[in-house]
Amino acid sequence: MEKKFEFLEHTADIKFRAFGKTLGEVFENSALAISGIYSKERKISLKSKKKISVKGRDRESLLYNFIEELIFLVDSENFVVSKAKVSMKNTSLTAEIYGDDVKNYTDLDQIKSSTYHEMYIKKTKKGWEAQVVVDV
Amino acid sequence: MKIKKISENVYEIPKEGKMLVPGIIYASEKLLESIKQDKSLEQVKNVAHLPGIIRASIALADAHQGYGFPIGGVAAFDLDKGIISPGGVGYDINCSVRLLKTNLTKKDILKKQKIVVEQLYRKIPSGVGRGSKFQITKDEFKKILKGGAQYMVKKGYGIKEDYLHTEEEGCMKEANPEKVSERAISRGIGQLGTLGAGNHFLEVQYVDEIFDEKTANILGVKKDQTTIMIHCGSRGFGHQVASDYIKKMENEYGFKNLPDRELINAPVKSQLGKDYMNAMAAAVNFAFANKQLITHWVREEMKYIFPNVKVDTIYDVCHNIAKFEEHIIGGKKKIVCVHRKGATRSFGPGRKEIPETYRKIGQPVLIPGSMGTASYLLIGTKKSEELTFGSCVHGAGRVKSRSSASKTLRGEEIKKQLGKKGIEIRAGGWKSLAEEAPEAYKDIEEVVRVVDELGISKKVARLKPLAVVKG
Repeated sequence: MEKKFEFLEHTADIKFRAFGKTLGEVFENSALAISGIYSKERKISLKSKKKISVKGRDRESLLYNFIEELIFLVDSENFVVSKAKVSMKNTSLTAEIYGDDVKNYTDLDQIKSSTYHEMYIKKTKKGWEAQVVVDV
Repeated sequence: MKIKKISENVYEIPKEGKMLVPGIIYASEKLLESIKQDKSLEQVKNVAHLPGIIRASIALADAHQGYGFPIGGVAAFDLDKGIISPGGVGYDINCSVRLLKTNLTKKDILKKQKIVVEQLYRKIPSGVGRGSKFQITKDEFKKILKGGAQYMVKKGYGIKEDYLHTEEEGCMKEANPEKVSERAISRGIGQLGTLGAGNHFLEVQYVDEIFDEKTANILGVKKDQTTIMIHCGSRGFGHQVASDYIKKMENEYGFKNLPDRELINAPVKSQLGKDYMNAMAAAVNFAFANKQLITHWVREEMKYIFPNVKVDTIYDVCHNIAKFEEHIIGGKKKIVCVHRKGATRSFGPGRKEIPETYRKIGQPVLIPGSMGTASYLLIGTKKSEELTFGSCVHGAGRVKSRSSASKTLRGEEIKKQLGKKGIEIRAGGWKSLAEEAPEAYKDIEEVVRVVDELGISKKVARLKPLAVVKG
């Protein structure tokens, strides 16, 4: 199986790369990485579902805003992501977010924010790749 | 990169290309080597490009890589030509430290160490998903944003001395809740009175050593006394304020000319610059109120365990903030916009910003160590006003990434090690323990030695942990 995402070294924060055949898949795999950060790479169950729509001014800001939305759900609705199904259209997207109530997990990590630091989204031979640093 | 040694503990990145000022690093050779391991110095250089920057882009002894600006960074900007930047403050606006003193001794705590740590862990929500018991309306929330710790005390959560012994007297007057988004409010409204996760903690400590008897007396600190340290910030509320204004500034000014997108900024005197200051100040007040409520709960719990206990605030300092302050620039007094990101204000004696009780000695400076190591109480100096716009370090500063720390250090092992040192700990989980292990940080002793030697703060007392609550 192709690698969906990987974590990289970063002094204070957490850096990851997400891969995909399409840009939508990169966003879905970014959601998996975010889930992995919250859960410390354990499984979050798929008990409930939420629909979100996100807009950006370019690809990077769309990814930034998408991650921010996932963080927003934790703080405001106690909902932590497990995985996402993303439909992209230019610099906006709609997504179904599957996840669970944070109260069912005693030991979640915190993410303060998405950042633009060292962020990129690029086309590769195999498809697409994105890099994100989140402030934790 | 070219780095020139100017004198002991002072290094310069000379001005080159489009840098407007040089970069200055206040660190020992040993700490500089550790700072060189990541991109901190490149970030110091980047900050030197920003319009209206005065004198130098500064990195302190605990510097490490941030996003945009380095952590452990200080930069002051001219009010007419300069900028204000959310990246120069950080996402966790007013991440800050409050130090409480008690009339208990180390012995009192040792007798009831386990109860103390359990009670505090149960009373003060920490980690993700342990929301606040303090439920309030949106209207009330906005009053808190406006009034900070002062408002909380007015409502019965603490005493006047708590906010009098807080930077800005626990309330930044620039705060305007109308400049804050609904999203930020809905992230923050359930989080008042919570510690959060990551490097935030609540620690019961004892005074291990006094370095300056006279100053310690005025601060009311003596050997073997029990102190309590609270380290937390503005939670999801502040993070959202930062994110909102980064986006607004991008839409208004674009980021094409910036060496790093996270350096987005607005002119200090522009409407957006003013709006950010108003919103940031609201987040600063949220953080003050947050710690005020935690202080109140700590008092309640300590009273439950020790009925005759007295708990007083020594001081409360901000780590991530932008402020308008008077400094001497080119021989003249001038108001400038000082950004401190992972840095503590450290004003010397006489400044009107220091509470009257301490004005003759200078501002107390609080430097938390990493989990399980010592923390320090210092006093601010005139020298720091000359060198660093009245700023000092904020902690030990990371050297290991969280992921590599948790790969090599097992949480269980760390708890055992801390137990051997006589420290009780209660944390959300093993892994968060591992991520914050002492080995993941620079040596606090070396960091404090350097600031004391430089004279940007002087050592007063060393505090060692007895009981730690972590998110």
